[in-house]
Amino acid sequence: MTERRSLPVLQDGDPGREPDCEAAATPPPGMSRRTFLRTAAAGAGLAALTACNVEEMLRKHLHQLSPEELQALLRRVERKNSERFGRAVTVSAEGPRPGVEFGYGLDLSRCVGCRRCVYACVKENNQSRRNPQIHWIKVLEMDKAHGVDLVHADAYYEAETVPRPGHFYMPVQCQQCRNPPCVKVCPTKATWKEEDGIVVIDSDWCIGCRCCMSACPYGARHFNWAEPQLPASELNPQTHLLGNRPRPKGVVEKCTFCIQRTRRGLYPACVEACPVGARKFGNLLDPESEIRKVMETKRVFVFKEELATQPHFYYFYAT
Amino acid sequence: MTRLMSPRVLAALLVAIPGVARAATGAPPPAAPGARDELVEAEPPPFSPGIFPCSQCHEGTPNTERRELAFHDEIQARFRHDSEHRWCLDCHDAQNRDQLHLANGSPVKFTESYRLCGQCHGDKYRDWRVGVHGKRIGHWDGKKTYFLCVNCHDPHAPRFAALKPEPRPLRPEEMRR
Repeated sequence: MTERRSLPVLQDGDPGREPDCEAAATPPPGMSRRTFLRTAAAGAGLAALTACNVEEMLRKHLHQLSPEELQALLRRVERKNSERFGRAVTVSAEGPRPGVEFGYGLDLSRCVGCRRCVYACVKENNQSRRNPQIHWIKVLEMDKAHGVDLVHADAYYEAETVPRPGHFYMPVQCQQCRNPPCVKVCPTKATWKEEDGIVVIDSDWCIGCRCCMSACPYGARHFNWAEPQLPASELNPQTHLLGNRPRPKGVVEKCTFCIQRTRRGLYPACVEACPVGARKFGNLLDPESEIRKVMETKRVFVFKEELATQPHFYYFYAT
Repeated sequence: MTRLMSPRVLAALLVAIPGVARAATGAPPPAAPGARDELVEAEPPPFSPGIFPCSQCHEGTPNTERRELAFHDEIQARFRHDSEHRWCLDCHDAQNRDQLHLANGSPVKFTESYRLCGQCHGDKYRDWRVGVHGKRIGHWDGKKTYFLCVNCHDPHAPRFAALKPEPRPLRPEEMRR
């Protein structure tokens, strides 16, 4: 840590000095035992917090940062991640474009359940590989006899080849709701909806309470129960502050429509990975976009429509 | 992967894309972000190595009678595309072996084979032209790579082969340490 910020609780102690074990043993003259203990306990707590980046936890909300402060933050995050992985990492905070509202289409009549999208997403978005294993996309295998019915859905199917007879596949990821329950319940405003429809998380402000996970009806949010395991060789160094930058232990993460790609005009990684062309992406406000053509010509539905979450994610049947 | 096509093929594809065709005919271009004029690029047809041009082997007067061939064993073995009713010269041109032909006999280059496919699969052709069927990669608001029908579907056996799925996710109990 280069700059130190003092907390009010340390004001009566010595904010500029590192806590010193020997000095901490006896109260300085003129200080009551109670004040001393309170200060020492707070100091110990702070020392523990430094491991999980107290500097970023204490900074202002992203919306309150001045452009200069934001730039300083980006450089700081770049430097820390470059040090952590021993590779050059770029962190962008590219904002939404005017006149763009993202829409995503998934063709249930095409998806074969091969899970290529799942692993393309893991690679692109720097998810923890194992212990904890985090997948932002969950592919559900369902029975054709039952239709879209979560009672008959299995995310853990194993098969020599897919599609298996009698089954269809429904990948589920963050639905980027217009009315997101996860945003409503966040006690720290660490997650919000951007102008272009992407629901983002600022992992510096996330306190890991997991209220958003229980609020999400799609199971789309995932928690880093342990230190994420991401080998430096597999790191995607092109990151976005609100997207795929490497996360610490104890924060929630989820699909962001590949914010680091789509804000630059690229398709999301899952769209490019799909071998059957089941995934469609584009600007809902552009009448010539693929997603608009889907919505105008195909049978479209949104998942759990009855909850009025109003997703930006549409399932459709092209045939 | 993103090899540019010849200008002529490019022009043909440009006409096939409604938004661009409109721009070319002088109508106002759609008021959408991104430069639509640079969005067309397509994969070349996936020939087996060394097989094209076909005229390097096929020469002289063709035998246009439907029959079992004494050559192209590999294609005949996997041919499953309404094979009961159709054979090579329904799509391949007997006069010019390096091109295809439509049902009405007009020639079609291999790089425009989607026109041939669209004769029967009109609904897919319509969807493909606006990006609903098939796959595109690159930029959602600009330059992107299209795939011809034959880049994904084997024209001699168009149904997709079954795939081996990637490993299933770990169950929560398998992640405990």
